[in-house]
Amino acid sequence: MIRFLTQVGLYFQFLKKVFSKPEKASVYYRQTMTEFVSLGLTSVGIISIVSFFMGAVITLQTAYNTENPIYPTYLIGLGCRDSIILEFSSTVAALILAGKVGSNIAGEIGTMRVTEQIDALEIMGINSASYLVLPKIIATLLFNPILTLISISIGIFGGWAAGTLSGVVTSENFIYGIQYAFIPYYITYSLIKTLFFAFIITSVSSFQGYYVNGGSLEVGRSSTKAVVYSSVLILMFNVILTQLLLS
Amino acid sequence: MIRVKNLDKAFYGKSVLTDISVEFEPGITTLIIGQSGSGKTVLLKSIVGLYDIDKGEIWYEDTLFNKLAFADKKKIRSEIGMLFQGSALFDSLTVEQNVRFPLDMFTEKSPEEKSDRLNFCLKRVNIINANSLFPSELSGGMKKRVAIARAISLNPKYLFCDEPNSGLDPVTAIVIDELIRELTEEYSMTTIVNTHDMNSVMEIGEKIVFISEGRKCWEGDKNEVLNSDCKPLNDFVFANSLAKKIKADAG
Repeated sequence: MIRFLTQVGLYFQFLKKVFSKPEKASVYYRQTMTEFVSLGLTSVGIISIVSFFMGAVITLQTAYNTENPIYPTYLIGLGCRDSIILEFSSTVAALILAGKVGSNIAGEIGTMRVTEQIDALEIMGINSASYLVLPKIIATLLFNPILTLISISIGIFGGWAAGTLSGVVTSENFIYGIQYAFIPYYITYSLIKTLFFAFIITSVSSFQGYYVNGGSLEVGRSSTKAVVYSSVLILMFNVILTQLLLS
Repeated sequence: MIRVKNLDKAFYGKSVLTDISVEFEPGITTLIIGQSGSGKTVLLKSIVGLYDIDKGEIWYEDTLFNKLAFADKKKIRSEIGMLFQGSALFDSLTVEQNVRFPLDMFTEKSPEEKSDRLNFCLKRVNIINANSLFPSELSGGMKKRVAIARAISLNPKYLFCDEPNSGLDPVTAIVIDELIRELTEEYSMTTIVNTHDMNSVMEIGEKIVFISEGRKCWEGDKNEVLNSDCKPLNDFVFANSLAKKIKADAG
């Protein structure tokens, strides 16, 4: 318990260091643009693929589980839309990003720690936590909502493709379903969750990498911890945010 | 001038350095020697402020460095260059970007002035036509030289080198030693080198501090190091069979 509380305290001290005044805004801006590409743009592919198949399987599952003449088939489109917007594109995509981006961040910063690159930054008088982590946090906070919107669009498209190709729903009914009783706030809800999840993934993974002590074995362990802790926190905050935002 | 007074440092209750007092003068290369695990790197990292010390004082000229807050240490740190054991070049940056990095962070020079300065530093350490290479494409000796170029890019007053010869062949090691000595004289830097390489001691050891089990055991120069009465120092200096034979032949 004491160890857990120590870690929590250290995490908040780390965040204080991360959010202190940047040394030189122009260098941070350049760094943020680099992170935009390495953490954001490179994730578009995996998010698109996963979202497409996620949308497809949701449509097929909904169709097979509501196979009853009293249910209109446009409900398949409605179910697909709400499932994707409310949960899959924010939470499931965040879990996937925790695996991809989280392990990447922890590995990168952890390697910098064990090869004394972080010490080199500190010697120069640079706040290493802020220089390394703040651009990553800003980049993911800006780009992950875009990823969520991409995921929603491709997920619904995947649902339409699977539904119409398998013949469980007509194109007209599916499109009617995704427009039926649409609540725009659900998109806002999904994007708010995405912002929280992006912050969790980046800060927790950076924290794990920043305090690595040892060699390559410990760097590997920190990557694993980054993914596990980020995933647990994402699921925990998913419950809290759902209660706060939808109740 | 750097002065260390009665420095103590422990990790998790285990003492690593005890009552270390030593002065480092400008324009002179001071070597800290000792066995692996004797506390050399901890001493070096304590002096530059990477480790908080438990007791004692570290003075840079008239400033008590170890009592300064992080923000206040920045001014002194901008005058420090450091060469790490593994070079610590930034993997994601090219040679040119590595050397340019301190210039981008701490100067308001124009891009042309920065290019001139980085090219001067790279030329000074004999790195030519390698600006666009990444650290992974460099040999061990080249990495050390690029790290030296980065360390001197801001014209530091203090140069710290942690095991600059580790992992290098004897010929390249001498090149690095010579480079450190020349730069120290050229810029009148206060240079501190951690090493357990006796070749370095005999090449550039203007002042030598011997550390054993976390304590300063001996201080002198390269002429005195072979004729000392300090047993731990003699055990260290004449550890290998070649050195023992030379000592025996000398009578």
